Amino acid sequence: MTSLVVISAGLSNPSSTRLPADRLATATAETFEGLDVTHVELRGLAHQLTDQLLTGFPAPEPAAAEQVVREADGLIVVTPVFSASHSGLFKTFFDVLETVALDGTPVLLAATAGTARHSLVIEHALRPLFAYLHAVTVPTGVFAATSDFAGTDLGSRVLRAAGELAVLMGRTGGSSGVVAGRRHADADLAAATPFDHLLRQAGAPSSARTGLTA
Amino acid sequence: MQFGIFSVGDVTTDPTTGRTPSEHERIKAQVEIAKKAEEVGLGVFAVGQHHNPPFVASSPTTTMAYIAAQTERIILSTSTTLITTTDPVRIAEDYGTLQHLTDGRMDLMLGRGNTGPVYPWFGKDIREGINLAVENYALLRRLWREDVVDWQGRFRTPLQSFTATPRPLDGVPPFVWHGSIRSPEVAEQAAYHGDGFFSNHIFWPASHTRQMVALYRRRFEHYGHGTADQAIVGLGGQFFMRRNSQDAVAEFRRYFDNAPVYGHGPSLEDFAAQTPLTVGSPQEVLERTLAFREYVGDYQRQLFLVDHAGLPLKTVLEQLDLLGELLPDLRAGFAECRPAHVPDAPTHASLVAAAGGPHGTTLHAADDVTGTTDRDEVSV
Repeated sequence: MTSLVVISAGLSNPSSTRLPADRLATATAETFEGLDVTHVELRGLAHQLTDQLLTGFPAPEPAAAEQVVREADGLIVVTPVFSASHSGLFKTFFDVLETVALDGTPVLLAATAGTARHSLVIEHALRPLFAYLHAVTVPTGVFAATSDFAGTDLGSRVLRAAGELAVLMGRTGGSSGVVAGRRHADADLAAATPFDHLLRQAGAPSSARTGLTA
Repeated sequence: MQFGIFSVGDVTTDPTTGRTPSEHERIKAQVEIAKKAEEVGLGVFAVGQHHNPPFVASSPTTTMAYIAAQTERIILSTSTTLITTTDPVRIAEDYGTLQHLTDGRMDLMLGRGNTGPVYPWFGKDIREGINLAVENYALLRRLWREDVVDWQGRFRTPLQSFTATPRPLDGVPPFVWHGSIRSPEVAEQAAYHGDGFFSNHIFWPASHTRQMVALYRRRFEHYGHGTADQAIVGLGGQFFMRRNSQDAVAEFRRYFDNAPVYGHGPSLEDFAAQTPLTVGSPQEVLERTLAFREYVGDYQRQLFLVDHAGLPLKTVLEQLDLLGELLPDLRAGFAECRPAHVPDAPTHASLVAAAGGPHGTTLHAADDVTGTTDRDEVSV
């Protein structure tokens, strides 16, 4: 059975970091039949992870979490943004994990923040970390600021990222939405979007739309 | 089965009084602790080697020789001798001399050390840690086993027609243990040479020690030194006991919470559950210790860490009294069901017997011109 492990480093309960974690996990499971999904909430391991920093060995609970991560076929990792980077708790988990534990593992990177001004955190903080760990990062990172939860755009990024993760995890068959979404300039020229569609999309009054298309 | 104690030689503030002993006090305290260890019937006393504050253990053979002069039976050992940064020629000479002075009442445990900055202090490169340990030990073995050594390696100047003096007592080199917390390479090295393997044991969970010892035993057999259960295994251990379990916990907690290695980390209860640390009554220490062999098999040497974390000398000596009272039960427990083919830890006497008796090995300087020695002339 293919295993997906979702690591979430939110500190409150309920957590706005857990929200995209769940959406990404659900979306991945929907495109990947028979996927075994395990959630690892780092909050409950916080004290013991600090102990592990000091003693060099894990207590039973973090040892179990580290074991499922080591054996995972794919990972979804979600961190809140603290002081312009991943949270200390999030980093601690990957600090105590052996450096070879994620060799070649597909990893979907996601982050939550209070403001969209942190939106590059996945590229400048998370992706270098997982490159160091020799993980295979999913091209689409999912960043969700508080304002994203009010919009509708987050859903399409979740689907795209989940589809990419499923492909990297070796899903075969079915439509992933990843390849289907690929376009090139010829395709754009061959089928231009009719202008009234664009107007409708922009919410223009129907009278104006009629006049223009006449 | 040998029982003993091993010491790090740290100068640590007593967290209950805020008092820090002087270096002088700590060095002299080690001597008192060793004498007490012999008095209560323990068989081994091991000292550490460190070259930086807060340790007072930079010259182990000096301390060992001083203790040996004031004791009669206890075996002096190390925990550990730094094979990476100590010139193997000096190890051969220092421990070779100690072997003669103690009439063979010594052995040594080699380790790589865990302090990165120590390497440049002795002209070594930390990036070569494992390679230094391998090359230096290979040279040390030759210095003790071959009278005249021609040698060339990567890490020290070549030797030509070199003889390490004194030659080993009775023609038998000191027994060597290899100590490790978590390097499988060390278990492999010990197995390759048929030397003893000592697992630190006290800082990591039992599952880890089980794997390390199993690896050593498997490879010991692979290299043809005997069956896996005949390999020579030592374990660390750690306890604090009072006649009443609650008193032990209450007294030790502040030392534990502020201890240099694990202090300010896990709770005493968690650490005691996850590692061999036992804080409680003598009966609890007895039961926990006797259970060690359930995961490492019948073994040869059990050393306890007693002298650490700022515990005052008086308390350490009390701990040794309690350990001494436990010794008959420990011996009886470990003797139970122990197969006859499992050997005891090698001693000088057993090594001499295994070599077919003592061999005189003194070398006499050869005449540069004739190549003969005074012995040759006498015998002609």
